[in-house]
Amino acid sequence: MPSLGSIRRSFAPWDDPAAKPYISFKNVTKRFGDFVAVDNLSLDVYEREFFSLLGPSGCGKTTLLRMLAGFEEPTEGEIFLDGQSLKGVPPHKRPVNMMFQSYALFPHMSVADNIAFGLKQDGMEKGARDERVAQMLKLVKLEEFAKRKPDQLSGGQRQRVALARAVAKRPKLLLLDEPLGALDKKLREETQFELMDLQQQLGLTFMIVTHDQEEAMTMSDRIAVMDKGIIAQIGTPAEIYEAPNSRYVADFIGSGNILEGNVASSDDAHVTIKGGDGEIVGALRGSKAPANGEAAWFAIRPEKMQVSRSKPENVDNALEGEVWDIAYLGDMTIINLKLDSGNVVQASMINRSRLVEDPIGYDERIWLSFSADSGLVLER
Amino acid sequence: MTGRWSWFNITSVVVGFTFLYLPIVLLVIFSFNESRLVTVWAGFSTKWYGELFQNQGILDAAWVTIRVALISASVATVLGTLAAVALVRFPRFNGRTVFTGMVYAPLVMPEVITGLSLLLLFVAINFARGFWTVTLAHITFSLCFVAVVVQSRLVSFDKSLEEAAQDLGCPPFQAFMKVTLPVIFPAVISGWMLAFTLSLDDLVIASFTSGPGATTLPMKIYSQVRLGVTPEINAVCTILIAIVTSGVLIATILNKRRNMQHKHN
Ligand SMILES: Nc1ncnc2c1ncn2[C@@H]1O[C@H](COP(=O)(O)OP(=O)(O)OP(=O)(O)O)[C@@H](O)[C@H]1O
Ligand SMILES: [Mg+2]
Repeated sequence: MPSLGSIRRSFAPWDDPAAKPYISFKNVTKRFGDFVAVDNLSLDVYEREFFSLLGPSGCGKTTLLRMLAGFEEPTEGEIFLDGQSLKGVPPHKRPVNMMFQSYALFPHMSVADNIAFGLKQDGMEKGARDERVAQMLKLVKLEEFAKRKPDQLSGGQRQRVALARAVAKRPKLLLLDEPLGALDKKLREETQFELMDLQQQLGLTFMIVTHDQEEAMTMSDRIAVMDKGIIAQIGTPAEIYEAPNSRYVADFIGSGNILEGNVASSDDAHVTIKGGDGEIVGALRGSKAPANGEAAWFAIRPEKMQVSRSKPENVDNALEGEVWDIAYLGDMTIINLKLDSGNVVQASMINRSRLVEDPIGYDERIWLSFSADSGLVLER
Repeated sequence: MTGRWSWFNITSVVVGFTFLYLPIVLLVIFSFNESRLVTVWAGFSTKWYGELFQNQGILDAAWVTIRVALISASVATVLGTLAAVALVRFPRFNGRTVFTGMVYAPLVMPEVITGLSLLLLFVAINFARGFWTVTLAHITFSLCFVAVVVQSRLVSFDKSLEEAAQDLGCPPFQAFMKVTLPVIFPAVISGWMLAFTLSLDDLVIASFTSGPGATTLPMKIYSQVRLGVTPEINAVCTILIAIVTSGVLIATILNKRRNMQHKHN
């Protein structure tokens, strides 16, 4: 039985029915006046897990973290941490540290004092404290800035101070609200790996909000994709990417093509839909095939399609169209193909050779082909 | 300053400032007058300042005033800051509008009425009028000024700073003392300065609420002036002006600095 993605995981407590969740949201609803920010949401996160929240702006990610940290109480439902209900536990008594989306650095304290604040509060003695602060400064590469005040730092530097301050106490549970958004690509990648290292070494549980999907993919054990206060899908990066459970997730994660149609026929592994682009056969998502005639959507990633000039033989699916747009990105080339139905489909080609004889050009008519297992038929 | 200095601008500035400050400048100049006659210049001298420090009545009044100002400004700052926190932090408690209105009322209330109502209160509860009644009265009316100054700073204070402190292990009150207070401290100081200055030069409310043995400097000056202006009074006033001016200057500088820091952020 082939599996999703290209990694075999050894850490997967969510598949173990005996594993106890570390964080457990049970039917949590949060309303602000009439507005429902989090809607009857249930979620389990396990110890030592690196868990990411992805979702469009305003879908309730920060609200979720704030409820865990204790700044908002759920309107309904309950949150459990390590088996204990968090109801009525004030923020300073929760073994949780949060990095704020707005950084919330103390402006009257130096960088080092900001980082030391929580350690001092815990009564850590000076020697150990200084050592920890130095270690944190090293982690975020701000050794030379220890004495500066936050308003003498750049945006990215401030973000790193906020990160160091939250990590310094090494809480069992660390909540990070867009921790790396203001950093340049190189620094972001380095910090990502250092964070993962730290998490592994110290056995911490991380819950992190990010807008960077690649970041979520790289770092997380599991990802939750949120939509307007609910969780649309939870899964490993590969599950989210290769087996989205809905059009919303397929569209939100990565780039994808979605073609509409009605179910024409199905067996226990594949479904054929018929629409403006002819018949397309894709893999069945789940165990039960939809009834014939029902509306369904076919979703496929750009890299799962082959591009050819002539009509391909012996393939499950083939689509013909006119080249609408070409983008050369270095490692790959993206082609937008306008099908005869008017739908535009995106395909990508890895640029394996430096020199290409007679490359594809604008306004050419070409073919895309793909196997039945490359795409998914989704019911919603 | 943008725009150019036209003749019109210069004239209006000169006329305006003359109007405002000529009397004060005259007062300061004549406090250094040799002659006893207030309006005749007879040469420079500081003898009136020397004489001033021999005048027990004025010295007593000055001492009362300074004590009243120090105590009332400090108490008003604490209470005013607490009121401001309550106003900003609990945006939806019952009767918030009424509370806000009540805190600000003395700001627009004619002083005569504030003074009279306080007098009536002290008489009603049979509080012997004297030093403490003046002090209490000053606390009451300067409290709202402090509340306004501190509130305007608190409105722009990022609440997540306090949350971050709590998140790192501070109970709420400690978080306020360790993070919020230091950050808004310049505003608290400006509030104190304002309260101090207001108390220092209040005549109306003090006249209503003071009793025997608690004559404040403005009251003393006022009663002496009715017998004729002496260079000695000019000297007292000059000192008062110096104190008030430096108070206002310090408050302004603190404010400027705070705003600059703000812009930086
Ligand atoms: N204190 C509040 N009062 C009223 N509405 C609020 C409050 N806090 C959050 N909301 C609303 O709840 C929704 C979710 O907010 P939240 O901050 O959780 O979004 P988010 O997913 O973190 O978004 P972003 O990615 O932009 O940070 C938003 O529509 C927001 O307007
Ligand atoms: Mg957010």
